[in-house]
Amino acid sequence: MAVAVKPTLADKAAVLAGLPEHPAVKAILAWNADALTDAKFDFNELTLTIAPEQIRAALATVQAAGYNFFEDMTAVDWFPSSPRFQLSYHILSHPFKEHIRLRVLLDEADPSVESIVSVWPAANFYEREVFDLFGIRFEGHPNLRRILLPDDWKGHPLRKDYPVEGYR
Amino acid sequence: MAESAGMPILEPAEGAHDQHMVINMGPQHPATHGVLRLVLEIDGEIVVRIYPEIGYLHTGIEKTCEAKFYQQVVPLTDRINYLDPLSNNLCYALAVEKLLGLEIPAKATWMRVLMAELSRLNSHLIWLGTHAMDIGALTVFLYTFREREEILRLFEAVAGQRMMLSYIRIGGLALEPPLDFLDRVQAFIHTFPEKIDEYSNLLTGNPIFRNRLKGVGYLSAEDAIALGVTGPPMRASGVDFDVRRDIPYCGYEKFQFQVPISTDGDCWARYEVRLVEMRESVKIIQQVLDGMPEGPVKADAPKIVLPDREKMKTQMEALIHHFKIVTEGFEVPAGEVYQSIEAGHGQTGYYVVSDGTAKPYRVHMRYPSFTTLQALETMCKGRMLADVVAVIGSIDIVLGEIDR
Repeated sequence: MAVAVKPTLADKAAVLAGLPEHPAVKAILAWNADALTDAKFDFNELTLTIAPEQIRAALATVQAAGYNFFEDMTAVDWFPSSPRFQLSYHILSHPFKEHIRLRVLLDEADPSVESIVSVWPAANFYEREVFDLFGIRFEGHPNLRRILLPDDWKGHPLRKDYPVEGYR
Repeated sequence: MAESAGMPILEPAEGAHDQHMVINMGPQHPATHGVLRLVLEIDGEIVVRIYPEIGYLHTGIEKTCEAKFYQQVVPLTDRINYLDPLSNNLCYALAVEKLLGLEIPAKATWMRVLMAELSRLNSHLIWLGTHAMDIGALTVFLYTFREREEILRLFEAVAGQRMMLSYIRIGGLALEPPLDFLDRVQAFIHTFPEKIDEYSNLLTGNPIFRNRLKGVGYLSAEDAIALGVTGPPMRASGVDFDVRRDIPYCGYEKFQFQVPISTDGDCWARYEVRLVEMRESVKIIQQVLDGMPEGPVKADAPKIVLPDREKMKTQMEALIHHFKIVTEGFEVPAGEVYQSIEAGHGQTGYYVVSDGTAKPYRVHMRYPSFTTLQALETMCKGRMLADVVAVIGSIDIVLGEIDR
């Protein structure tokens, strides 16, 4: 019943050897092979880890390679390990009919990354949501302010050091 | 390229103080379908800018999920999009099952498709009733809620609940459907296409309804993609993509159905696309009923799926498993998955990150209404204020899934 799960490719070398013809991998390598710091193929999903300062350019590259639809973006807090924050961008390709995940790892001190609103305007609300709930800043975002919580809210609730029941 | 919602609107634009006015629509407004607040800058009756203020229903469900066992998250997902509860259950269950590598029995998969399509009908019926009511055609609401009531009765028969079903669980379904359930669904879909004709008779030829929707709220295919619009509004703008057909999940590749497309991109196109979608859902349900396989509705995974009550009373192991699942949950292998499905309102996605424990490390939900709201300004700019109501109705937003 379930779709056959292809074998896991655990690291960058395995992905480059196992999926040399994958359009996203090819596009990223042709653009800037050094920006690709890690890669993984797991549960039939390709994850490419990109150097933080290159993420906007990397997303513009995969967009040009046929991954035309910005589907989702969020963060994961790996507190207390370092680097603390992970940003996951889920990009869908209408022609290839598949998702890929681009990932960025950020340090705890002043987490910030370039905004991708200029690549996909759809990322606007998503970046505001991550800013609101994780406190990660997006440079160049046109309107980076809280979206779900009140403007005077203290703290960023989805961080792991924020208690589930909140501060009282 | 289209711009997503711009800066907050506090006062009229520079140099237009004498002419423009800033008004507030919502959060308590019947046409916003919940608690959506829009700040509008208007020039007479023409909309210049729109800024949506959201978050009034924010309950922090994503944070709550991190404190629950995997199986305890299922009822939370119902409460996000309360008009299409089974799509939420389905998407979450599929994501966790992907992490677990769990095989789902055929009957459970087919029942999931059946329930997801009924849920889509439910969602579209509410959309049609409320949308028509916003435009001023009050009668349609009574007609669509008549059929919705039948769907809710079917839901109640199968899950004991009318709205928050939590019927699709990790590893299969909560319960066997009752014996006469499939016959009741058959009776319902036998008459349902006539009911769609009835709605169409009430609305399609109605000159007021036509004039309020035709050419209103135009969204081009490029803008739909740039602004992340999915589901019926995207297909009404001419983008031919449906997750059910193109990235099949839950056995959708077995069913024959058409994906309606329109290139008009206006409110009328969205209306027509959704009406055809309802007819296609009926076709899928008919195929499910014709081919429903026999067998169990729960996966054979005693450490993950709760045992039958009867077994619990007679078998020691079943009792232990039950106790363990309820008190300690079950461990899910570390990893991250993203599962996307086609829900009634558009593409729903669940991103589940596991660290190998019994509680999800992170659950993120991608909900279509949240993204579609960004396109509101593009669709309403330069149009009459009254058209905003028509556009909000036609993109079919649910505030529960915007604010989560």
